[in-house]
Parts: sequence; C-alpha cells; structure tokens
Amino acid sequence: MSQITTQSPLTRAAKWFDPRFRTVNMLGFILNRITALGLTLYLFLHLSVLSQLAVGPGGYDKFISIIHNPLFTFGEVLVVTAGMMHGLNGARIVLNSLGVAIRIQKMLLIVLLSIAVVISFVFAVRMFLV
Amino acid sequence: MTQARWKVTFQVSRKKEETSSHFDHFVVEVDPDEYVLDAVERIWAFQDRTLDFRHACHHSTCGACGMRVNGVEKLTCITPIREVTHEGGVVRIEPMRNFPVISDLAVDMGVMYIRMDNVGQHPVNLDSLEAVQPEARPAGPDLHGEEFPRLSDCIECGLCISACPITASSPEYLGPAVLAGAHQHGIKNDEQVLRMVDCEDGIWRCHSAFECTAVCPSFVEPGWRIMDLRKQVIGIRIKQLFGGTTARKIDPQEASK
Repeated sequence: MSQITTQSPLTRAAKWFDPRFRTVNMLGFILNRITALGLTLYLFLHLSVLSQLAVGPGGYDKFISIIHNPLFTFGEVLVVTAGMMHGLNGARIVLNSLGVAIRIQKMLLIVLLSIAVVISFVFAVRMFLV
Repeated sequence: MTQARWKVTFQVSRKKEETSSHFDHFVVEVDPDEYVLDAVERIWAFQDRTLDFRHACHHSTCGACGMRVNGVEKLTCITPIREVTHEGGVVRIEPMRNFPVISDLAVDMGVMYIRMDNVGQHPVNLDSLEAVQPEARPAGPDLHGEEFPRLSDCIECGLCISACPITASSPEYLGPAVLAGAHQHGIKNDEQVLRMVDCEDGIWRCHSAFECTAVCPSFVEPGWRIMDLRKQVIGIRIKQLFGGTTARKIDPQEASK
C-alpha cells in the first residue's frame, strides 16, 4: 500500500471526487466533501461580511446593497442546499455509527438527499418568487 | 456453456519494473459464459507469455484473482464475460488500486496480510446471527443473540481495500478487510486489538462510502462491520468512563508460566 505515498496529498485527495464506476454510496461520500468545502468557504465569506460592521453602518449598508441581486440569492439557495445535504447525510452517518439502520443506509441516503432537494426547492421558490 | 462465440478485445494494463504503465490490446474469441479469468489465462497461454497475474483456485475461495474489470473491482474467476461486455465489445482489465503493482496485474498485498494477522483474523470465528446476511444464516435452532463458530467469509482478496476512497488518500488507514477481521476476532476481550481499531487510522478514519460492501464478493459486509465496531467501541469507552475495564485476553503461554 505504499505505491500512492509518493503522490502529493492534493493528488491523493482528488481521488475522493472521482465517481466513475462507483455506486450511489460514493455519491453521498462525494457530496459530503463538496458541501463541506462549500460551507467552509461560505463561513469565511460570512465572517468577511460581518467584518464590514467594524467599518461602520455606511460600509455595511453599501455591501448589503451590492449583494441584493439574483446571483447572490442563488448563492444563498446553494448554501441552504449544501447545509441540508451535509446535515442530513451527517445524521445518517451518526445513526450508522451507533449501529442504527446500517443495512438500509443506501435507502436512507436516497430518502434524506431527496428530502434535502425538496426543502431546497421550496426555499428557492420562496427566495425568488415570494 | 453456450455454443455462441464472441470476439472481444481485452485491454490489459501492463507495467513492468522498467517500463511505464500502458495498455496492450488482445482480441480473444470467447464463450460469453466463460469467466474473465479464463480469457486472461488464454491471453497468457496463446498470445503473451510475459503477462503476469495472480490466480489459483478458480472458484472464489483463494481470493487471488482480484482485478478491476471495466473499472470495477471483481473476482475474475466468478465474473462471466457476458456480464461485462457484448459481442465485439471491449473489456478493460487493470490491477487493483491502493496496492503496489509488482508486475502487470499482480499486486503486493503483503501489508494487508500482516495487518490482518495483527488483528487476529482467523479462518474460523465466533459470529452472531446478526453479523451474517439473512441468506447466509444457518438453518435449524433459533440462534438469535448467541454466537456460533463458522468459517470466515473473508477470502482476503483485497477488493474492498481497492475500492475504498479513504485508503486511496490515507495509506496508513487499516482498511475495510482488516477492520472486518478485527470485528470477527472481537474487541471486547482484547485490549490490543481494541487499541488498533480505536485510533485515527482505525474505525474513525472510515467515511461511510460503503464501496467496500458493494464490491465484496464474499458477503463479509465490511461497511456493516466497521459501523458495528464503532458501536462496540462507544459502548466500551462509556463503560470505562463509569469505572468499567476491558478484560485483557490471557495468552495461553503466559498463563502456563
């Protein structure tokens, strides 16, 4: 098992995102990684936005006026989708780790991801149309 | 066997010590009900005697002929050609991932064997009914909740380790086969094995992709066993918080001194 140790950590981690020839379980694994990276990026963006408060009300209001456009609204929908997927998939892994529903984990994954998609869709409709 | 004959192109991964990895193409006339290993053997016998691969029993007992067939980990002695291609089609054969390639399709599985030895993997284990898939459970008296001796399902083929995305990025991770071996050995009475599995390169490194279970040809269910180990470890550690101890297995030689 030493053949891959010569590869850089980045090259090795890139293998996580290769869905070829794998099952739906791998899709859950990949989604968990992508959503985790997305949420981490969002956390930093969120903190940088909050840091505008330190500049003063003027700076903050100016920034808020910039982000009031459909592109940022779509970004917010993505954050909700990522949060739902990561949270629900994480709940599945916690349940499995406690010995619960291991043999039906694939069905559980499909059901939970479907719930995440439905909730995200409802959220998107409310964000754009209401 | 059928009367039908298919012409199939086998793209076989080649890698010798001194050469870089590439694919050689071999056109083979096959009976579609033959197995992939039969075709590989025929390539070796009639087209290229330098092709290296591992095989032995031809009936899924030895676990030697694990390879990637069209990208998916398969035990080639029980993989019918009909399942992986069609008349005039292509079959791509590659060595397993996450093991060093010795030559062509043969990989070095030494580290896995040593680790399995270290966790006490035995050919015969005490297993609970819950650890056995419903279709493989023994008929007869109700064994619910009891442990009974049975031949280990694991044939140490390494397919689960090849399919594991975590082993691909963390070679130090014990891997599904080894953790399944630890599960069958039991951790409740063996502090040493408990320590081996309850660490960052043990059960907690698994990220629940369950690809190991998907490719296992022997119904070992490594994914289930890793999750069950987590449950057991959590139980043991909570008991220890309240003063409970883990009994250490007494070595017979040590006891006789």
